Amino acid sequence: MLSYILRRIVATLPVMAIVALFVFSLLYIAPGDPAVVIAGDQASPEDVERIRQSLGLDRPFLVQFGGWVWRILHGDLGTSIFTNLPVSAMIGQRLGPTLSLMIVTLLLTIVVAVPLGVVAAWKAGSLIDRVIMGFAVFGFSLPVFVVGYMLAYIFALELEWLPVQGYTPLAQGFWPWLENLILPAIALGCVYIALVARITRAAMLEVLQQDYIRTAKAKGLGQGGILFIHALKNAAVPIVTVIGIGIALLIGGAVVTESVFAIPGLGRLTIDAILRRDYPVIQGIVLLFSFVYVLVNLMIDVVYTLVDPRIRY
Amino acid sequence: MSEDLLRIDDLHVAFSTRRGMVEAVRGVTLTVKAGEMLGLVGESGSGKSVTGFATTRLLDAAGRVTGGKILFRGQDVTKLRGDDLRQLQGAAMSMIFQNPRAALNPIRAIGLQIADAILTHKRISKEAARAEALDLLRAVQIRDPEARMNAYPHELSGGMCQRVMIAIAISCNPALLIADEPTTGLDVTTQKVVMDLLADIAAARGMATILITHDLGLAARYCRRIAVMERGRIVEEASPGILFSAPQHAYTRRLVAASPTATSRIADLVTEEDRERYANVVTRPRQERAHGTPPLLEVRKLAKRFDQGSAAVADFSMTMAGGESVGLVGESGSGKSTTSRMICRLIDPSEGDIVFDGQSIGHVAARDFHRSPLRKDIQMVFQDPNESLNPRFTAFDCIAHPLMRLDGMRAGAGLRKRVEECAERVGLPLDLLPRFPHQLSGGQKARVGIARAIACRPRLLVLDEPTAALDVSVQAVVLQLLDRLRRENDIALLFVSHDLNVVRMLCDRTIVLRNGGIVEQGESRALFDNPKTDYTRKLVEAIPHIETGPTLAAAL
Repeated sequence: MLSYILRRIVATLPVMAIVALFVFSLLYIAPGDPAVVIAGDQASPEDVERIRQSLGLDRPFLVQFGGWVWRILHGDLGTSIFTNLPVSAMIGQRLGPTLSLMIVTLLLTIVVAVPLGVVAAWKAGSLIDRVIMGFAVFGFSLPVFVVGYMLAYIFALELEWLPVQGYTPLAQGFWPWLENLILPAIALGCVYIALVARITRAAMLEVLQQDYIRTAKAKGLGQGGILFIHALKNAAVPIVTVIGIGIALLIGGAVVTESVFAIPGLGRLTIDAILRRDYPVIQGIVLLFSFVYVLVNLMIDVVYTLVDPRIRY
Repeated sequence: MSEDLLRIDDLHVAFSTRRGMVEAVRGVTLTVKAGEMLGLVGESGSGKSVTGFATTRLLDAAGRVTGGKILFRGQDVTKLRGDDLRQLQGAAMSMIFQNPRAALNPIRAIGLQIADAILTHKRISKEAARAEALDLLRAVQIRDPEARMNAYPHELSGGMCQRVMIAIAISCNPALLIADEPTTGLDVTTQKVVMDLLADIAAARGMATILITHDLGLAARYCRRIAVMERGRIVEEASPGILFSAPQHAYTRRLVAASPTATSRIADLVTEEDRERYANVVTRPRQERAHGTPPLLEVRKLAKRFDQGSAAVADFSMTMAGGESVGLVGESGSGKSTTSRMICRLIDPSEGDIVFDGQSIGHVAARDFHRSPLRKDIQMVFQDPNESLNPRFTAFDCIAHPLMRLDGMRAGAGLRKRVEECAERVGLPLDLLPRFPHQLSGGQKARVGIARAIACRPRLLVLDEPTAALDVSVQAVVLQLLDRLRRENDIALLFVSHDLNVVRMLCDRTIVLRNGGIVEQGESRALFDNPKTDYTRKLVEAIPHIETGPTLAAAL
């Protein structure tokens, strides 16, 4: 098992290297001279030259790339052009809110979507199945910002049950922290819940037709035992896959959600960095997101082997 | 109440389909006494399995009992609900299924799966249930039961899986066990071992058993009483002796005739009435080949090793003349399918050579062989006609495809004519050509598969268990068709099968394989009548024979 995980980690290295190369090239793929781009519209030729020198842009591409990778491996993501703060520090400050939002959304999704999918599959074709699937289509088709503003209007402005915007760190108490995250998590989770519920239903339907489910019935097992002991675990592989892929969805959605609910997270930082053409920050964030995504995929692969003994490692 | 354990009274079961309600069981009446083993025999669609599922209350959601009663110990099973029903299922009455590997949960250790059944019905601790599960594994004679408790189904053979299923079924000492095709798909030798075990357990525990099977021979070997079902009704019920020596119903007569026996010939497989139709065919003698004709196929020291482990096939050599039929028999894992696929050039041999009509083809890579002009000459008929036809191709497309690919024909009247010729050749009605596989019966699909294979007029046809998924009456017709093709079109047949009775009838020569090597080969009749090795003898003896004739009549 351990050697399997190690082998998988080694296998992710080329992926990470390609991602790094891509991220680094961002600066060069963007049209124009990077130094001019970074310096901005009002810069004088001297400013541009100074930036070129300070960033080492006058050196060959591979030398620059090598130096950049070397610094990253030592934990140095560079310095923001706009704030002059280290990029790692800027990301570190913003990590908490985004991570909180994503974890709450993930838990909410699993707790809501999986049981909904199981019930829909169990009662396939019935009214309750149609209601659940109708809801899923609905959740699928609504953009995050529409759901977000609707929720904020209803539950924060009209009913005043929850705060409209903002974020409170966990250090200041569990409820204040959670209270601020409920609406964003629902808004962000809508698509995700719809997706996972649909996949759960499809995977369960497939499994419920298998011969071994009939065997379970023949043994006299109750409905609950059949659904949760014999069926759900067998349906787990596609469900886990979609939950993992959905994390990419969350990353994209978090950028919008954080804007709607004024959460000072990485999403906001991303938008700010893009608007300011703060390339070191953009590179840092993209690199981090890619790393998280590769890590999630690795975790999914490990979960597969725990769920299904036929998948060998 | 009488001593009947189970009494089914005028049972009707219907399924709701897109085309309305379809009656699958139409008035079945039968009784089972305590401790008795009853055979329920019929072909696919006869309603025998549906009767079993109705009794154990495991019908699909679409199926419903529309009439009649199923009295188990005087209690009407069809009216039970909730807990009352669950106390019955798996406890007083249990069931084992066809395809044991699929019937076990693939990701749950088998020890747990047995314990599940025990814990559902007995109030005992998990440890006690585990101990009972271990005892059950011993009872079904699984070797090294302690280690096997933690094994998963994919780590066990098909026969082992069925033993585990039996262990689950008997875990709560049921009074009635319904075995639905318990050994279909298993090797003959495994079939014998599993059935003997089941019969012993049933006798030792005084458990009544209903053996649902399409195999008359199997039912005759293990049951004192056999009920024959056709189209939802029981048409005849008798002891095996009477059923075989003096079948009353026309359907039973046909079924008995179609079941291959130790002595039957292909011509015997149909009843007197049907035989007329084939008379002109089977009497035509096969032309003798002049001495010194080079062989059509010569295989030299063929070997196949897969990635890890030992050789799947080693040192396999054979020759075949044009128009000859050779049987390749052996248990699963003996390498017969691997060999046939190498000869077909679907997989690459690791060593050795294959010479077809004087040309060495063993070294042409399998993925390039489709470009060889010899591709037309070597064609294959696959095991499962349901799985081997593209569900999006009509029967016409399926037959036309090789003609377009290999004969370079274009869509048009010429192609249509060739396809229709092929269809007629295999007895497939032309109005079925626009249909998709799911709209065809098993026998019709088998004919499409054969028509596709003979479309380009091959000289060698490799058949991998072509009748294994078919009913005996359909099998009889397909075998006659193959025999006719061989005689009339001079197509050589390499017939891979585990059904020795069929091989004996169809093949001039037989090669017995075991663990990838040839154990014995020779002229079919001589080989089966007088096997030289213990292995062949074991295979021959494991076939459930239908004994007919004076010996049996005298015994009655």
